[in-house]
Amino acid sequence: MSGTTTSSGGEYQLPREHYLNASYGIRSWLLTTDHKRIALLYLAAVTFFFFVGGIFATLIRIHLLTPNGLLVTPETYNKLFTMHGVAMVFFFLIPSIPAILGNFLIPIMIGAKDLAFPKINLLSWYVYIIGGCFVLYSFGTGGLDTGWTFYTPLSSVYSNSAVTPAVIGIFINGFSSILTGLNFVVTVHTMRAPGMTWFRLPLFVWSHYATSLIMILGTPVIAITVLLAGLERIFHFGFFNPAYGGDPILFQHLFWFYSHPAVYIMILPAMGVVSEIIPTFVRKPIFGYSFVAASSIGIAVIGFLVWAHHMFVTGEATYAAIAFSFLSYLVAIPSAVKVFNWTATLYKGSISYDTPMLYALGFIGLFTIGGLTGLFLACLGLDIHLHDTYFVIAHFHYIMVGGAVMGYVGGLHFWWPKITGRLYPEFLARAAAIILFIGFNLTFFPQFILGGLGMPRRYHNYPPEFQVLNVMSTAGASILALGYLLPMLYLTWSMRYGKIAGPNPWPATGLEWKTDSPPLTENFRETPEVDWEPYDFVHRPDLGLTGSKPKLPGKLSPAHGDD
Amino acid sequence: MQSQLPLYPESASNFSSQVDGLMLFMVAVCLFFGALICVAVVYFFFRYRRKTADEIGAPIHGDLRLEITWIVLPFFLLMAMFGWGAVIYVDYRHAPPDTLDVYVIGKQWMWKLQQPNGRREINELHVPVDRNVRLILASEDVIHDFSVPAFRVKMDVMPGHYNSMWFKPTKTGRYHFFCSQYCGTSHAIMGGWVTVMEQDEYAAWLAGSTNSGDPVAEGAKLYNDLACNTCHLPDGKGRGPSYNGVYGSKVKLADGSAVLADDAYIRESILQPNAKIVAGFQPVMPSFQGLVTEDQIIALTAYIKAQKDQPVPGKPAAGEPATGKK
Ligand code: HEC
Ligand SMILES: [Cu+2]
Ligand SMILES: [Cu+2]
Repeated sequence: MSGTTTSSGGEYQLPREHYLNASYGIRSWLLTTDHKRIALLYLAAVTFFFFVGGIFATLIRIHLLTPNGLLVTPETYNKLFTMHGVAMVFFFLIPSIPAILGNFLIPIMIGAKDLAFPKINLLSWYVYIIGGCFVLYSFGTGGLDTGWTFYTPLSSVYSNSAVTPAVIGIFINGFSSILTGLNFVVTVHTMRAPGMTWFRLPLFVWSHYATSLIMILGTPVIAITVLLAGLERIFHFGFFNPAYGGDPILFQHLFWFYSHPAVYIMILPAMGVVSEIIPTFVRKPIFGYSFVAASSIGIAVIGFLVWAHHMFVTGEATYAAIAFSFLSYLVAIPSAVKVFNWTATLYKGSISYDTPMLYALGFIGLFTIGGLTGLFLACLGLDIHLHDTYFVIAHFHYIMVGGAVMGYVGGLHFWWPKITGRLYPEFLARAAAIILFIGFNLTFFPQFILGGLGMPRRYHNYPPEFQVLNVMSTAGASILALGYLLPMLYLTWSMRYGKIAGPNPWPATGLEWKTDSPPLTENFRETPEVDWEPYDFVHRPDLGLTGSKPKLPGKLSPAHGDD
Repeated sequence: MQSQLPLYPESASNFSSQVDGLMLFMVAVCLFFGALICVAVVYFFFRYRRKTADEIGAPIHGDLRLEITWIVLPFFLLMAMFGWGAVIYVDYRHAPPDTLDVYVIGKQWMWKLQQPNGRREINELHVPVDRNVRLILASEDVIHDFSVPAFRVKMDVMPGHYNSMWFKPTKTGRYHFFCSQYCGTSHAIMGGWVTVMEQDEYAAWLAGSTNSGDPVAEGAKLYNDLACNTCHLPDGKGRGPSYNGVYGSKVKLADGSAVLADDAYIRESILQPNAKIVAGFQPVMPSFQGLVTEDQIIALTAYIKAQKDQPVPGKPAAGEPATGKK
């Protein structure tokens, strides 16, 4: 099936035709309906926003080197952390894995030619760009100082910054998520290749399916919420400001009704990435496939029922608080199930140290810490101490950066050969993965201690006894920055100079590895048929691993009807 | 003196020891599981590293017993965390009856505090050791949050309604308090100090106040100035109910239910009179929303509170004894 030619020396060459050379010129990109090209459009835009958010983060950390603040005025500081949050959450984390990797891979993984609605897919990118322009306009003209949470009545009445364009931008951007989610759901339901049953779907697809459900059901709520805040700001409608007869708590309910599930929009796709990487580099099926798949759905469903755990100290009713705390503990279970299953997958594997694997293991470590510290915040008795402190900051950066971003960067490495047809320099990449891991922990671990000490978040200055920990955090951040710059540089370099990868360099079992790297515009020369179970290395002579005998399983017997 | 690298805040209230005990339990459980995962990952990573290029792993698909174990076991631990946390929280949300009430008003970007005898403070709070203290929190603009790390408690300060929090300081000293809900430009400097004093020192400090307007007198003046007295006659013969014996009692409402007349109820009656109509009266009271400041509401409340032991019109005895219970 593969059109890749192998020269005599066993070296690969790029396929003669593929989606990148199918047509040339700026129009062929801006008007493309090829899901792979749209993924690359997203890659460019999302990377841009990551840069923007990263620059804000850098300035924040430099400013916090001294108790009185080193760099900027309080107004500017407040704008920096707000714009950092808005850029990173709405324009980097939420679209990153789904819109780039999901877009590129889901059709190929299920053996389809494209997504169900290719034009809508392109539209979603334009919607994203238009939303992004509004937000950038807000950043450029006066900035935004409400916090990414837009709490009212601060945002709707008291803030003097450019709230209106930012709110419009986020409102518009929401439609991009909704369209992408719809596209994924319809595609997975209707376009699976013959033999690709639901329980043969890669876990990456399962987790994107769950993510899409959240996008479709949750995003309209945030869009409406910020719109109402905008209307109150412009026309003084009384929704949230008590002085106009509104209720600020209502805003928080609506905001978190989306924004808590949004955390899962960020983390579920990363879990999907990790669930692909681990079996590949351990060369054995994922432990408990059905439990890992079902836990994605479990997280998506229960994740909708925990939002008010962000509001334990707003004065909400005691019984409501107890119910939401209980539900928050329940959602911990499917997450824990995933971690246990990934770890168990390593048992009796054949583990390689390739870069994606390092990221996946880093993900497990950091996500575990992020998840466990979440238990502290879900705990009513501890939240009255820890709420709105740096403990929260540390916790969600462990989940969103340690988890989602590690998954994203790991996934980029894993599928880079598929996307570009070339390999990145392995040694540099491993070094970068380790630097990222160390830099990340140095940056954010001290923040747990700061939070325990009671240092509130969003402070442009702080009492002197908090300085040592802040300096440690800033030092870590400079290592972290290096860890991000390295991949940006060598991945860009490898697009031209990297070694040719061949169709299946690792090798991995998924359908996407059975076509060329980079794939044809139509993905496959002929519609593939699937007659193997996911992550099965034993019955796959085509992977070229035939020389080996599987090690005898220990007392863990194979297959309990999980497949 | 603070150390250069503190790792945990001082504990100075009844909640500190409770929160810290739970914290210790959680840290222990989480360290155990965190370490378990890390050790397993690192051990497997080296133990099962790939030896030959075409080697594959053992085709193990899963194990039902293991799955059940790691669903059920964590569930019980999680429920322990949940239950313990809920117990502390319920205690925290229900102040005991005998509290010393301090009013706290947050506004961009300062705190105004008022002791029971009317003594006012800005960004400073003096409280006696070993007494239950309740803070009644109001905001004049955006949401703030009153947070005392050494006491392990915080509560949002909402515009539009009162919140309250309580604690019992257990150790004299000076402790930071912070605004921990982002509230605009100077959020970071919207803090101050809680001073916990010996009880007799506190009494002396309170008596030696210079800038205390007596809140009851102030309230009485407002009662006349704002024309509350045109309807609310002490003998109950006006268009509105008498204030006598109201505070702390159960007020019967027109819809048949009853409500405890606490600070929040009084405040609501002034700002949104039609939210709860007292049985036997017409909804004719005008709203004073925007006409009275938070300080004035506190003064009016103090005045109404002062009438709680006055004879209730229409009742032979001195009325229900006010319990002061929240
Ligand atoms: C026009 C007449 C009128 C004026 C002026 C007025 N009230 Fe009232 N008030 C009423 C009536 C009638 C009720 C009972 C019906 C209700 O609950 O709204 C009431 C109820 C109350 C209550 C609840 C009392 C209870 O027994 O539960 C409080 C407290 C109160 N008023 C405070 C005030 C204050 C303080 C002012 C002045 C700032 C004021 N009122 C001015 C008519 C008035
Ligand atoms: Cu504040
Ligand atoms: Cu504040």
